[in-house]
Order: sequence, then C-alpha cells, then structure tokens
Amino acid sequence: MSVTVASEWLNSCSGCEISLVDLGERLLDVLQHVEFVHIPVLMDHKYFGQTGEKPHLDIPEADVGIISGGIRNEEHAEIAAHLRSRCKIIIALGTCATHGGIPALANSFPVQDLLERCFTTETTDENPKIFEPPVPPLLDVCSALDEQIAVDVYLPGCPPHPDQLFSALTALLDGRTPELPSKSVCDTCPTVREGKGKLTKLRRFLQNPHYQNPGEPLDKMRCLLEQGFLCMGPVTKAGCGGDAKTPRCIAARVPCRGCYGPVRHDGNPMLDMLNALASNGIDVKSLPEFPSLLRFAGAHRLLRPSRRRNERRVSP
Amino acid sequence: MSRLIHIQPITRIEGHASIQIQLDDAGEVRDARVNIMSLRGFEKFIEGKPAEEVPRIVSRICGICPWMHHLASNKAVDRCFGVTPPPAAQKLRELMQTIAHAEDKLLHFFFLAAADFVIGPDADYSVRNVIGIAKAHPELAQKVVRMRHGAKMILEKFAGKAIHPIAGVVGGFSKPMLEEDRREILGQMRELLDFALFTLDFAKTKVFPPYLETIQSLGVIRTGFIGTVDDTGALNLYDGRIRLMKPDGSFTEFDVQDYADYLGEHVEAYSYAKMPYAKIWNEGFCLDENDPRGIYRANTLARLNVADRISTPRAQAELEEFREKFGRPAQATLLYHWARLIEEVYACEHAIELLEDPAICDPHVRAEVQPRAGRGVGSVEAPRGTLIHDYSTDDNGLITRANLIVGTTHNIAPMNLSVKQAAKSIIHKGVVDQGLLNRVEMAVRAYDP
Ligand code: SF4
Ligand code: SF4
Repeated sequence: MSVTVASEWLNSCSGCEISLVDLGERLLDVLQHVEFVHIPVLMDHKYFGQTGEKPHLDIPEADVGIISGGIRNEEHAEIAAHLRSRCKIIIALGTCATHGGIPALANSFPVQDLLERCFTTETTDENPKIFEPPVPPLLDVCSALDEQIAVDVYLPGCPPHPDQLFSALTALLDGRTPELPSKSVCDTCPTVREGKGKLTKLRRFLQNPHYQNPGEPLDKMRCLLEQGFLCMGPVTKAGCGGDAKTPRCIAARVPCRGCYGPVRHDGNPMLDMLNALASNGIDVKSLPEFPSLLRFAGAHRLLRPSRRRNERRVSP
Repeated sequence: MSRLIHIQPITRIEGHASIQIQLDDAGEVRDARVNIMSLRGFEKFIEGKPAEEVPRIVSRICGICPWMHHLASNKAVDRCFGVTPPPAAQKLRELMQTIAHAEDKLLHFFFLAAADFVIGPDADYSVRNVIGIAKAHPELAQKVVRMRHGAKMILEKFAGKAIHPIAGVVGGFSKPMLEEDRREILGQMRELLDFALFTLDFAKTKVFPPYLETIQSLGVIRTGFIGTVDDTGALNLYDGRIRLMKPDGSFTEFDVQDYADYLGEHVEAYSYAKMPYAKIWNEGFCLDENDPRGIYRANTLARLNVADRISTPRAQAELEEFREKFGRPAQATLLYHWARLIEEVYACEHAIELLEDPAICDPHVRAEVQPRAGRGVGSVEAPRGTLIHDYSTDDNGLITRANLIVGTTHNIAPMNLSVKQAAKSIIHKGVVDQGLLNRVEMAVRAYDP
C-alpha cells in the first residue's frame, strides 16, 4: 500500500525535516511505501505550477499532510488552509506547529517592535522598514497550527526524535493513529530522586551538575532539580529520548527546558511549574525571569506583550 | 509583452525564498531578484533572557546548522561574562562543530544538490531529487544515508542532542569525553574520511565532468570573499581572524569584535533578509551584475579563496589542484559544490587530529561563571558562511541587545547577482520551461542557502 504525502514547513527552522532524514536507513524503507507529492526541501514541486503559470496556489491532494512550524505571516496561513483542504489527515510536526515553539517567544513583543529592532541594528543601513509583495506581511502573533486549522495528529518535540517519527509513520502506514506517551520527562529520567533536602532557591545553569567521576552513569547522579537547577522535566511531555528513553538533555547532564511541550496538550507549563515549585517551598523569585518557562509553548495566547516588562527593558 | 515569472518556492534549499524574473516586451530579462519570505525576529525576542540560556534558544534559527548558532552564541556569552573555557572544552566544542560540518556537507551535496547533476537539470521534478537518486543508484544511496546518519549519531550519542544541541555551555562544555568515547569516535571519523575522499573522487570523475562548461558559465559573477583564517593564514572553521578579500585577491583582516566597522547590512523591500556588504571598501552597495559594489561572498568557495592553505594534507593537496585549475580567487558559482567537498575532507581530517590528542579527555571542562554586564561578539564559520552573534548583557546577565549576522545572509546579494546573470544568459524571447527555470534555481542552490 502506498500513502501519498504532502509536506510543508511554515514558521520553522527545518530541524523537524532533518529529524526525518535522521531516520537513517529506515528512511529508505519508509520511502518504499510513501509517495511524496509535495515537499519543498527535497522536491521541486512549485506552488503555482512548474513555470508559475497557475493563478492559484495548487498543491496536489494527499492522504497525509505533514506541517512543521507555526503560523507567523499571511503566506503561512494561506498554505496551511490550502493543505487542510487537500489532505485527509493533517499532522502537526514539531513543537512550533503544536505549541508555537521557540519562535513564539516573539509573542512577548508587539510585532512592530520586532521589525523595528531587526531593521535598525547597528550594522543596518537606514531603510523604511516597509516590505512589498511577494514578501508576506507578518501577522500580529505567532500561532500554533490548531489556532488556524484543524489538526488530526500532534507530534511535538524540538525536534521530535527520529525513533518517534518512525513509529508514527509506521502507524499511519498501517492505518492506525499514532499514540504519544502521556508521561512526563521526569517519569523517564534515570537520575536519583531522594525527595529530601531543603531546597529553597534555584540556581542558574552556570556550573555543571555534581557527580562523582566523569564516567558515572546517570542513574547514580542526583536529580538536577534536587541539585537546585531549574529543570522543566516535571511539566514536559516524555518521548525525547526515542527508543533509548533517557531524556536527551539529561543524557548530556543538562537540565530540560521543555522542548516537547506540556504533558497535557493544553497545559500551561509556566503555571504548572511555578505551582510545583511553590508547593515544594521553593522561592520562585529566585528565577531570573518567567517568560522562559513558556519557551516552547508561547502560542495559544499564553505569551503576550507586557507593558511593565517592556518598560524595564531599555537598552543601556 | 512584458511579464513577470515567479518561481515559488525555491526548492531543495533550507528556508523560504522565491525568484522573480521580469521580462521586457521582447521577452528578454530586464531584472531578476531573490525574495526571502520569512522573518522570526530572534534579534528582538532574546532580549530579557538570561544570557546563559541563549545558546540553546538561537540554535533554532536553523535546524541544519544548529551547532553553529549554538557555538557562536556560547562564544559571545563567554565574552559578555568574561570567562575563558578550559582547553578541553574548547577542543570538544570545536570537535562537535567539525563533525557537524562534515555531516552537513554530505547532506547538501547528496540530498539537495546532486540531483541536478546526477539525474540532470532538465529531468522532470518528480525524479530530479534524492528519492530519484535512491531509485536510480540504490547502493550509493544506502551508503550515503548510512555514512551521514553515522556522523549525525556521533553527535547525539556523545552530546545528547544532535539537532538543537545543549552541550555547549557558557564557560565550556557540559560533560567531559571518556577515553572509550574518544576511541570509538576516532574510528568512525576515519571511516568517514575514507568516504569523504571517495565522494570527492566520485564527484570529480563522474558528477562534474559533463557540466564543466555549465560550471564555468552559469551564475558566474565577480565579487569579493569572506572567511576565517588562523595566524598562519590557514583555513579555520572554529576560530581566528576574519579575512575580507576584494575581487582582485587583495585582502584585509580583522578581529570579529570590530565587525561593525567592516560590514554593513543593506535592506531591500523585496526581502526580509538583510544583505551584508563590505562597508569598509567605501564603494557603497550596488546590485548591478556587471558592476557590483560592496559585494562579497561567504561559504565554502569563499573560505577556500581567502585561505592561504589548509592545514591537513589531503585537503591541502586537493586545494592545490583546485587552484591550479580555477585560480585564486575562483569566481565560478557552481564551484561552491567542488569546494564543499574539499572542505568535507578537511573536516574529517581535522576531527581526527582533534581526537588523536588525548588532552581532549581532560575532565576539567567548565570554568567558573558569574553573570555580569558586558558585551561580546562570537563567531564561527558555519557551513553557509561567517556567522556572527553580538550581545550585550545587564548586571544580572540578561540580554539587553543583540545583533546577528547569519552565514547565509552574506550570500543574499551575490545570489541576486547570480540569478540575474543566469536568467539573462538562458532566458530569451520569452521562452521558459521547467528545465530553464531549474537552471536559474541551480545558481541559488550552489550557495546552499
Ligand atoms: S519544532 Fe524545533 S526543530 Fe521543529 S521547526 Fe520548530 S524549532 Fe525547528
Ligand atoms: S530533556 Fe527536555 S528540553 Fe531536552 S530534549 Fe528532552 S524534552 Fe527537550
């Protein structure tokens, strides 16, 4: 059985697509069963016909539409809506598509401020900061896909691990809906939680965590949160370690920052994390700032411009 | 009758771009330009963030070269906070960057660019791609996929995340390398070097020869070049002085902290990407393909042009042969592909050098760090060009101001010139077809934007 796929990237970085390529030799197997009808990163199918002759956007119909990236400008919105109308199933690939991802950090600022800063840096020549077609106008906010079109399958992760992509694709080829873990990063983390110790403050990640010797396995190292580092493991969806399970940042002895998005699809990692810290007696004011707790989930109107923060942040 | 041809999107590149070709009444090309369609606003939205967190935020500028942003950013923050990473940490960062280069070049050559040569520039779009290559040459495809994937998995296995890395940290690296890691990766990189040599030989004997004429004519322009060299003038991807070469081959060198005195960024209303140019040449900015001003190029061909030599033997031998054939500076745009494969050999050889030094396993990998107010510029050579991150921090170590010059953007102005040159030389009397338009795109693809 062959499944037709149309793939697009919107407000994205291409990491999700490269993670697909990182299936390695499994990719060659998948390609036996998948027929791409549109995928700009690999294939020269054009939006308006091969010589630009068609008046309207025209992406062929497909069984599955895979979209990475959120929606930041008018072109993204148009392509997302068009793919929705051409595909039976829409997959939101990666945290930008499911929750806004890193680019939705921009939602802390009015869109004019973005343009203003980007086009007045110290090396930039004077310019009117006005753009003309075909450059698409920016929308007011960076949104997740499901704020604009219906989404059937969510595959969060920045990027999603190739092992997870492989099982999701295999499920789709078998006509099943891919399932995601309902656990948190902490639930899959091998480090040692002693549950004791009177932590009252968090430290910034300015030194490496403590462990006995360079080769000490992770299941002998103490939990990073218990060592006093902010780690988003408790509120972040599990799965980043792929088949090996161990969360990827923890494997490098670095705390989690939440790139798989909230454990519950519509959770708010900032509120959940602040609550968890406060109920454990940790002074949340020891954190240098809060928007970073929404580093990957700033869409769905969770991050907004705040007048007070904008005033405080004046260049020296 | 005059008309506008719009190639949208440009495909087999990273990111969102299109080409507009304006034809006059006689169907000849009056003008052509490249539109960069997206803007995310990193320079703004990292403001207010703790600087030590920024290297793992800006990695998302590009999922193909996240290590480059990650490391340039780490270098900038080190400087803001006034800290020097221990030697083993510097080596580990450089090793990761070098392996990422090696992986990236295979990705670009085989997955994105090769179809134009191996399947052919005029083939139908449905087969002119890596999937077409996999069908036509299954054994080669399997080998390529395995080698590239192997390199990528070195990064994941040792550093946790290969895409959007986290192991570079302000003050150093997040974990030391064990002797067993060192031996394992060394073996893998030796195998990759063999494959790099095979690839270059394959390209020189099988891929490029039928296209030598196209290479010498398609998208050819005359510009300056930029790249990083060490104290001896040898190619260096990780650190060194920036060398800015004029079209005639003369050059100046500068410390990246002073980049703003040398480079400016021009803005056009048809592109969200800014166009860096050589402000220091005092000739302004002009996109006339017969008389460009201020325009220089970055990325593989540029680095090989500015470097006096390469420090590793196999790559140096290849560089000599390349110079013998094409001169210095070589200007033909499609030579970027050839230069890329020479750099691939260098990256493998250099990774091996780094791994042969047991000092890379020193457990001391992170210096003590205190947040403070400061300013720091960090740069590395990304596959796509000299990448510059410039930050200021406040007393609490939060970012107050950021300016980024991303590797690809150096080549936006040259891409415009190459596209214009290519379109003018191959589109006549209003006749266009898929193959001709694809050739215009090939002038962009060579830059691997
Ligand atoms: S989710 Fe991450 S990897 Fe995917 S497009 Fe967004 S930034 Fe890139
Ligand atoms: S540990 Fe957290 S931040 Fe790191 S890859 Fe996993 S989910 Fe993402």
